Amino acid sequence: MTKRFALGIFDDEDVLMHAIENVRAAGVKIYEVFTPFPIHGIDDALGIERSRLPIAAFFYGMCGLAFALWMQIYMLGFDWPMIIGGKPHIALPAFIPVSFELTVFFTCHGMVITFYTISKLYPRWRTPVLDVRSTDDKFVMAIEINESTDLNNLSKLLRENGASEVNEKEMTKN
Amino acid sequence: MQHVSPVREPLVTGGKSYHDVTQDVCRQVEAAPNVRWMAALSVALFFLGVFLYSVYRTLWFGIGEWGLNKTVGWAWDITNFVWWVGIGHAGTLISAVLLLFRQKWRSSINRAAEAMTIFAVICAAMFPVLHMGRPWLAYWVFPLQNTFGSLWVNFNSPLLWDVFAISTYFTVSLVFWYTGLVPDFATIRDRAKGPIAKVAYSLLSMGWTGSAKHWSRYETVSLILAGVSTPLVLSVHTIVSMDFATSVVPGWHTTIFPPYFVAGAIFSGFAMVLTLMLITRVVFKLEDYITMEHIALMNKIMMITGSIVGVAYITEFFIAWYSQVEFEQYAFINRATGPYWWAYWSMMTCNVITPQLVWIRKVRYSIPLTFVLSIIVNIGMWFERFVIIVTSLHRDYLPSSWVMFSPTIIDIGIYVGTLGLFFTLFLLFAKFFPVVNMAEVKTVLKYTVDNGPTYTGHDPHHDLIHKPTTHGVPANAPVNYNKHD
Repeated sequence: MTKRFALGIFDDEDVLMHAIENVRAAGVKIYEVFTPFPIHGIDDALGIERSRLPIAAFFYGMCGLAFALWMQIYMLGFDWPMIIGGKPHIALPAFIPVSFELTVFFTCHGMVITFYTISKLYPRWRTPVLDVRSTDDKFVMAIEINESTDLNNLSKLLRENGASEVNEKEMTKN
Repeated sequence: MQHVSPVREPLVTGGKSYHDVTQDVCRQVEAAPNVRWMAALSVALFFLGVFLYSVYRTLWFGIGEWGLNKTVGWAWDITNFVWWVGIGHAGTLISAVLLLFRQKWRSSINRAAEAMTIFAVICAAMFPVLHMGRPWLAYWVFPLQNTFGSLWVNFNSPLLWDVFAISTYFTVSLVFWYTGLVPDFATIRDRAKGPIAKVAYSLLSMGWTGSAKHWSRYETVSLILAGVSTPLVLSVHTIVSMDFATSVVPGWHTTIFPPYFVAGAIFSGFAMVLTLMLITRVVFKLEDYITMEHIALMNKIMMITGSIVGVAYITEFFIAWYSQVEFEQYAFINRATGPYWWAYWSMMTCNVITPQLVWIRKVRYSIPLTFVLSIIVNIGMWFERFVIIVTSLHRDYLPSSWVMFSPTIIDIGIYVGTLGLFFTLFLLFAKFFPVVNMAEVKTVLKYTVDNGPTYTGHDPHHDLIHKPTTHGVPANAPVNYNKHD
């Protein structure tokens, strides 16, 4: 599906931050903002919800801990008990290191896999980018346009808010 | 909003703009390999060849090729294992601990330090895997059902804890490092001219576009990864030290080992980071990013951890005396005055005395002296592991089994070979990957003040003049300050 975008190009993140507020206040819906680096406070300005990744991470960690304890207690305590140095079969203090490592292992990998999945990041042959300078030094505000959009007004709004360029671009979204 | 301080030292010098950062970092990746890089790679590949030959001998003829003997069973391989794992720790420390402590100066060096971690852990892993003699059976260390029925691994053993610690550490460091690389790969992808580079970096960048939502999640992920990596890095070397401390060998069976090993790891890790950074900044012309301030700060961390290690050495001696255990006392007197006195005093000189020179400002800010110092520390830390392992084992409880240890040529080949492996990987990394984290460095450009406007070719006041005030920031707040204003 092909979509058309008006791209406001900004040279500075502080200008962009003010522009985001003003554009949203003017009732224009911002499709997406592309920046070369993370900007603090931009999620609030854009109204992006706080990520629930930390909650997911916590549950992955708990799964790791439960798995590690189950594995060690089951294997050494029930499935094949061995007397090692006269220690009890279920020697919980000795199980702490492995439990800790598996907690961390599950937290990290679970969270990172979730991050790539929900962000739809996966290796691909070609990456469609609206403006290649957005990974270098420009801050790009993309606004989806259709027949009813008044381009002149939109362009004026962006320029008034400090956009150094306003471009139009079509992109096929797959 | 960026906090702009008129008093703080700049983290990046030279009045760089965002585009300059991209240019400076991508230059290396985009240019054809230069002669110096090729020469360095050839040397590294030669030592990699030495490594492969030594591994071939070890696997074909068995670990009898090593100079191990019945008493000093672990001598050379575990020394090297612990040394390499220790070196890896600085990378995680810089990327995780310093991130949590909001030490923004880490931005310029974290990428290379993390790469160093990955490669050092790969080198470290070679030793336990090879010492099995039959590495194709290495999966036996994992709790897998085997053909003999339900016989499981022993979770009471610190050596098994090591398996879990090192695998977790390696994979977590790898995804931490890779996730950090993704936005920078996207930058290179969008600048790439050739079709191969375009496709390769497109694959590597996983379709990163830099959308605000992705950045927001990315930051969350980085912070949590840092949060869990911080205890992880401490646990890894703690567990490595427990390989020793849970035994009853004199000189090993001490509770000081975990903190002492962690401090030593950070100590040697920072020494290696310094060695590599001092070369990298010159070869890749990154003096504006890895500044003298960075070097001085790393030097200070090296000195602090070196002092902790020094205190640990003295404490060990004190405890040996205070415990009144004859064997313990003998082990330490033997370390200092026995047949391996030279190793002990090399360790003392390199690790305790030389780092104290960093107190002198001139040393801290001198590139040649720092370079020499970092090499000395690396040597010293290698001796530390050698002293702990060999001196405790070559004379234990039974005088009839006292022996000396000397490495064979294959032992030396494997050690020197892992250096070749390490530098081969590092050189390839430095050529094809961005050595400095561009995205993060861009965030700290305005953090501090430089002599000129941070953002060149654009009047910062112009766009903001008619804006209403938001977030308590005056509408006409300048986006950067000039030191001389």
